[in-house]
Amino acid sequence: MSKTGTLTVTAQGDREIVMTRTFNAPRRLVWEAYTKPDLLKRWLLGPDGWYFIQCDVDLRVGGKYRYVWKNDEKGETLGMGGEYREINAPGKLVCTEAFDDFPGEAVSTLELAEHNGVTTLINTVHSPSKEARDGMLATGMEKGVGRSYDRLDDVLESMAKPAGSVA
Amino acid sequence: MKLSGYETGGTGLLDATFAALADPTRRAILARLALGEASVTELAEPFAMSQPAISKHLKVLEKAGLISRGRDAQKRPCRIEAKPLGQATEWLEKYRKIWEAQFARLDDLLEELKAHEKARPKRKPTKR
Repeated sequence: MSKTGTLTVTAQGDREIVMTRTFNAPRRLVWEAYTKPDLLKRWLLGPDGWYFIQCDVDLRVGGKYRYVWKNDEKGETLGMGGEYREINAPGKLVCTEAFDDFPGEAVSTLELAEHNGVTTLINTVHSPSKEARDGMLATGMEKGVGRSYDRLDDVLESMAKPAGSVA
Repeated sequence: MKLSGYETGGTGLLDATFAALADPTRRAILARLALGEASVTELAEPFAMSQPAISKHLKVLEKAGLISRGRDAQKRPCRIEAKPLGQATEWLEKYRKIWEAQFARLDDLLEELKAHEKARPKRKPTKR
């Protein structure tokens, strides 16, 4: 349903977040970008100002990964990691994920499907607890950033769609 | 790092909000209430559902703080409460923004990898 490059993020129940996006590249390249540290360092950076200071990947079932980012301006670091549960290159990657500063562990399922050289990515993150879910947002949190709640019409429109995508 | 926005007991409510919004009937009820307050009877009309079934949905929405009920004992009109909905959407929007930026970088990287492969075709598709 989504066009190339359009990201949809949907809450599925109160425990799952589902992301869908297409990429104009074969899935083995997307797979590499997700599993090779040299490539991960180029894009998995969160908001501006954060960069990797540690990016370890032991890509095998039961193997661990560990990411640590730093933000000089904030003088903060953020670490997360987990274990690979299922590896089926280049189509499916299941791993646990836990943030250092937040209790709880989520399970991320990455699915990559390819059609005519275009890859559709579906990433489902299942959080056993609300703490783990909030942890997923840790990198994006900035103090004192408030938004108005006046956008009710837009909100309802997007929530009322069957797919529940948030524009 | 501290979470902003939901510190004061907000996460529990956010949880209930996501659960409440997971159901299409409840989303439709909210869409109807966005137009103005309505009684249970009025809400039940467009849905092929009994009033008790609608009442159950309303209870979930009320518990999540998404709607409030009027005092009028007979009609108990329902009205929408904007704040929790705003928080749930804000949460998703923040999450989406972070990933949108990351995926934009991934797009660039993939273009680079494709160009690199074209210039130096390391692996040819092998038939199995």
